[in-house]
Amino acid sequence: MSEQDYGFDTLAIHAGAQPDPATGARSTPIYQTTAFVFDDTDHAADLFALRSFGNIYTRIMNPTQAVLESKVAALEGGTAALATASGHAAQLLVFHALLNPGDEFIATRQLYGGSINQFNHSFKSFGWNVVWADADEVATIAAAVTDKTKAIFVESIANPGGRVTDIAAISEIAKKAGIPLIVDNTLATPWLCKPFEHGANIIVHSLTKFIAGHGNSMGGIVVDGGNFDWGKDGKYPMLSEPNASYNGIKMYETFGNIAFAITCRVLGLRDLGPAISPTNAFNILTGMETLSLRMERHVSNAQKVAEWLEANDKVEYVNYAGLKSSPHYDLAQKYTPRGPGAVFTFGLKGGYEAGVKVVSGVNLLSHLANVGDTRSLIIHPASTTHSQLTPEQQTIAGAGPELVRLSIGIENVDDIIADLDQAIG
Amino acid sequence: MDHFTYTNDYISGILQSVKTIALVGASAKKVRPSYFVMKYLLDKGYRIIPINPGLAGQELLGQTVYASLSDVPEPIDMVDIFRNSEAAGSITDEALTLSPLPKVIWMQLSVRNDEAAQKAEAAGLQVVMDRCPKIEYGKLSGEWAWVGGSTGVISSKKQTLHQSGKMQSLGLAPKK
Ligand SMILES: Cc1ncc(COP(=O)(O)O)c(C=O)c1O
Repeated sequence: MSEQDYGFDTLAIHAGAQPDPATGARSTPIYQTTAFVFDDTDHAADLFALRSFGNIYTRIMNPTQAVLESKVAALEGGTAALATASGHAAQLLVFHALLNPGDEFIATRQLYGGSINQFNHSFKSFGWNVVWADADEVATIAAAVTDKTKAIFVESIANPGGRVTDIAAISEIAKKAGIPLIVDNTLATPWLCKPFEHGANIIVHSLTKFIAGHGNSMGGIVVDGGNFDWGKDGKYPMLSEPNASYNGIKMYETFGNIAFAITCRVLGLRDLGPAISPTNAFNILTGMETLSLRMERHVSNAQKVAEWLEANDKVEYVNYAGLKSSPHYDLAQKYTPRGPGAVFTFGLKGGYEAGVKVVSGVNLLSHLANVGDTRSLIIHPASTTHSQLTPEQQTIAGAGPELVRLSIGIENVDDIIADLDQAIG
Repeated sequence: MDHFTYTNDYISGILQSVKTIALVGASAKKVRPSYFVMKYLLDKGYRIIPINPGLAGQELLGQTVYASLSDVPEPIDMVDIFRNSEAAGSITDEALTLSPLPKVIWMQLSVRNDEAAQKAEAAGLQVVMDRCPKIEYGKLSGEWAWVGGSTGVISSKKQTLHQSGKMQSLGLAPKK
């Protein structure tokens, strides 16, 4: 039997994780070391020239990290992956491999706020120019393509939630333009959505969230779909042209359908440095083994909480794509048939004061800025992350004074609802 | 066999049944994929005979280069073709004139010649197309995961250290 024949849960536990050859350790060991000795100079030369597989230095690779990479690649149906210090680091390495100063990429406005900042500010200082489009109006994406466009970036389920992206329609635009589609699959995880099956070419994750699940470790990952021809027109010189820092090897010619992941590692991670720690890789691996069990509970709890909120007369609206009232309900049925995640927003009729009252009044839900934890989380953007904006600006940013964001955990759903009930008052 | 997918058993059976591999299209350029593959397979204990008319008589990684398969003075177990799909036809034809016959015709990534494959199979040879033996060895041994690759292997048996005893070198598990 090969990997293709095994089910998701079997892969989540076993993919990439055979017992250790030296000790027989069954759980993946934490290789907490910065470096690895060479057999001899010939071995060292082969490793540095990328002729042999193997470990040199933990800034570039590490055996604990490798198990994580191999496992996420298997779950997503990709060819290879590269784990990084955080989700943001994964995004940095992806664009570093694709863009030269002066190039453009298209991103949809419906993104995690941190990604919007990264693209608008830090990336601009590298000369990488983001062009914004609307995920709900795919024609705006097609209209934004120019001859400088090198990629399209979307989230499968958009943070702060409630929205599901039409990946297949956008992938058609990317194909026509001859550029890769990058999907941030953080809020969905491969258990809810498989972007490669809908035409994505690269997937990124913040592993910090549902994949790890426990909220104790930072991590990110780049997954290579192995389904893009990097050599066809010289648009991606880091992949197709001889590389001076590796004696002139061409990444795509040498590494074929894992060339993108390798390029992000040996040119991006090597030089920019955002490596994941072996201990964090281990912690994330431990969480991942129960991914489907947790996600099943996350989405069933989220659905029940969303339905309860929708029926509450102090609530003005609920943005959850699992509700029939949602404009994203049909897309959710197509792309996330098991449920559209567990992060979503709702609005209170009482506006700003009501929002402050809810986050102050909760006893079970945690008031903090994260998503995808086993614990239920709540935040009122207008009084925290978006408090420097005017009410009008907050509304434009999708964080109006009345809006509250939830990340529903895996506690007993009746307890989550009871806590929200007493806090809403 | 449609030669689009291969089972792990089929590939590992081949990689564990051959010893001498003629590498057609071997290159002296250290950055070429064929050089990478040759070096790797030598390290894994295979005997590699490089074939390249332009380099005939020279040595490549310590191995004498021959101009063609027919010039090789010893039995060949597997022919690994690092040439284009069209050239794979005449190379397979030549391989089928050897005595003893090779056991395997292997065409590298992106190389595919169905007609040649049919002829070779009709003569009793095993055929692999559009694959790289280095990558397949890496996947089956587990080394592929060290570069973040998805190996396609699920097993509760420990990985096998390579018999050379070299550090960071995994081998293929013994045949079942
Ligand atoms: C959808 C999404 N992408 C990316 C990130 C960034 O990940 P990290 O915080 O691991 O850098 C986050 C974090 O909240 C996120 O929610």
